[in-house]
Amino acid sequence: MNVIFPLWLIPLLPFAGFLINGLLGKRLPKALVTTVALLAPLAAFAAVLNAGLPIVFPFSSAYLGHAAPTSYIETFGTWLNIGTLHVDFSFVLDQLSLVMLLVITGVGFLIHIYSVGYMARDEGYARFFSYLNLFLFFMTILVLAGNALLMFVGWEGVGLASYLLIGFWFQKTTAAEAGKKAFIVNRIGDVGFLIGMFLLLANFGTLTFSEIATKLGQDPGWTGGVVTVAALCLLLGATGKSAQLPLYIWLPDAMEGPTPVSALIHAATMVTAGVYMIARNHVLFDHSPFALGTVAVIGAATALFAATIGLVQNDIKRVLAYSTISQLGYMFLGCGVAAYSAAIFHLMTHAFFKALLFLAAGSVIHAIGDEQDLRKMGGLRKKIPVTFWTMTIGVFAIAGFPPLAAFFSKDAILYAAFQQGSLGKALWFVGLLTALLTAFYMFRLWYLTFFGESRSPEIHPHESPWSMLGPLVILALLSVAGGWIGIERFAAFLAPATGPRAIDAGSGNLELILSIAAVAVALLGWYIAHAFYSQKPERPAELAVALPSGYKLLSNKYYVDEFYGATVVKPLLAFSTYFLGWVVDKAIIGGLAWLLGGISLFCGALLQRWQSGNIRSYAAWLAAGAAAVLLFVAVPWSSVLASIGIHLNWAGH
Amino acid sequence: MSSFFSQDVPLSWYLLLSAVLFALGVLGFLIKRNLITVFMSIELMLNAVNLSFVTFAHQWHAVKGQIFVFFVMMVAAAEAAVGLAIIIAVFRARATLAVDRIDLMKL
Repeated sequence: MNVIFPLWLIPLLPFAGFLINGLLGKRLPKALVTTVALLAPLAAFAAVLNAGLPIVFPFSSAYLGHAAPTSYIETFGTWLNIGTLHVDFSFVLDQLSLVMLLVITGVGFLIHIYSVGYMARDEGYARFFSYLNLFLFFMTILVLAGNALLMFVGWEGVGLASYLLIGFWFQKTTAAEAGKKAFIVNRIGDVGFLIGMFLLLANFGTLTFSEIATKLGQDPGWTGGVVTVAALCLLLGATGKSAQLPLYIWLPDAMEGPTPVSALIHAATMVTAGVYMIARNHVLFDHSPFALGTVAVIGAATALFAATIGLVQNDIKRVLAYSTISQLGYMFLGCGVAAYSAAIFHLMTHAFFKALLFLAAGSVIHAIGDEQDLRKMGGLRKKIPVTFWTMTIGVFAIAGFPPLAAFFSKDAILYAAFQQGSLGKALWFVGLLTALLTAFYMFRLWYLTFFGESRSPEIHPHESPWSMLGPLVILALLSVAGGWIGIERFAAFLAPATGPRAIDAGSGNLELILSIAAVAVALLGWYIAHAFYSQKPERPAELAVALPSGYKLLSNKYYVDEFYGATVVKPLLAFSTYFLGWVVDKAIIGGLAWLLGGISLFCGALLQRWQSGNIRSYAAWLAAGAAAVLLFVAVPWSSVLASIGIHLNWAGH
Repeated sequence: MSSFFSQDVPLSWYLLLSAVLFALGVLGFLIKRNLITVFMSIELMLNAVNLSFVTFAHQWHAVKGQIFVFFVMMVAAAEAAVGLAIIIAVFRARATLAVDRIDLMKL
């Protein structure tokens, strides 16, 4: 236990994997590519464990009443030193980043294993793994970063990896477009992050998280104003990365990427970066009740909004994508009511069960030959039993049934929300409603996929290889047991990093009642889904006919894409095409180039006449020149000019 | 020497002769088509200049002018050697010595 490897090893190991597979992958044998790709995250996981054990073990002693351990910081050089701006390459390992790192490298490793099976027959096998390793490199930097600027490096890097992986099958137009969409929408959020950083720098003179927290801590009365603005700017960045209203639109399209990517980047890790960032800057948000309230409202609104869209989606991955947005909304709600530990707790359990659901969905897709449409599935329960049972665990987990993971974490968030006054109670109600919808659409997916008769009899499903089923089983176990640690102990563990739990423990009765309510709505959602999709499968169609406008609104995702297209994309395109394209580029820049070229051509045409190539004409010019010089020298010009009344005033004479 | 440059002949005559020779050289250089004639015109111009050098040297009893004439003759000899060699090469390559038709940079 005494030997602790340096922290920089954690991001560097995946980076080495990226370099090897990215540069040499095409020439290496496939087995070697696989080995490198799997070793990188596994070694990183080992390094995280190694570094984290001293933090975890004092935790158990802290739980027994000893002093809580503090984080440790590793600085390996100065990055920027310009005037008052001083930025170090520094990594921070505390309870918060440790939890994140364990999830990222642990779940990441499982998904790497899964990908070996899933991507086995893909031509871009080595490229895929080099991108995945690159993602882990940037994600660990994001999490370990001790200051906002270094975090931004990771933040942009995971955006790049996400872009590369969404557009992995770039020959497909939709995939390439989806990659661009994700990148551009994220850039909008990044502007917010950048401005937030500038504000922090201007007001605190530092970008180091701990120093900002210290400065804010010295002045408890410092609330509102610039702190609120900075927090809201950071929040904009977080909504971009974590797919919250109003910037959530890229995540459903990101499902164009390979399914392991959806599981790792667009469910378990990268999209939670926004939640992590808010938790990392929690002192800032704590000083701005307005910003916190905004976080909570955005979270709750996104949770409900995405859940309603998820009700009618027919693509298995899109249902899960909207479910991810919705669950991320829960995490934002948790952050917004200052229950950061609950949000991180849900982040962790969500990483388990959502990765499980995505991987299971990938296994289903794999089994029936790359078909993602729920309407063409059905009756797969007996055909692919392992996938069925693991997915069942995932479905029950996300619906919030005890004793599965999400029951504990979702309850912790809802309980924390309930205690935050009347707004909190409204948000709690929204959260509860979302839980009902979540249970409904997840059981809808479950019934449509696995029960009833097969709606595509020509397909012959086959169970996936064990390289894919193994991670499913492990994730299923984690989805069951991940919540057993309990929010009390988890919050106590995180307390040094996210501050003491803002909410009081409350009476056990209230918590029990809220839990029962949550389980009740989950059961209700299950019952409705059962009534609609198991008992009478024709009911949903009847309802869609009975409520055409409501169904159309939902199945068209509230027309948000169309709205953004009309209000943002189209005006931008018109501005670019007509003003920038025609006026600036073609008329001004093109005209100037044409003018300059024309002048040169004209002068050249004039001067060209001298260069006749005829020796005698050159000689004549030479003689004429000599005669001119002779004339100038021989004639006494000053007296000639003086005779006609002009006096030259030679300098010095 | 002094008997040759008689006091009867004024300085201006020599200079006038030099100028006429030089002008003839220029004229020949410009209007003749044959490369050898052009070459000879250059020699004529050089010697016209030599004449004026000698004239002034005698007038002012300065030996520098005469030394300069030797330099010019030496350069002219070298030029004749090189120039004639080039002319022969040109003639071999193009079978003509008409200046107008030797108007490409490459031979």
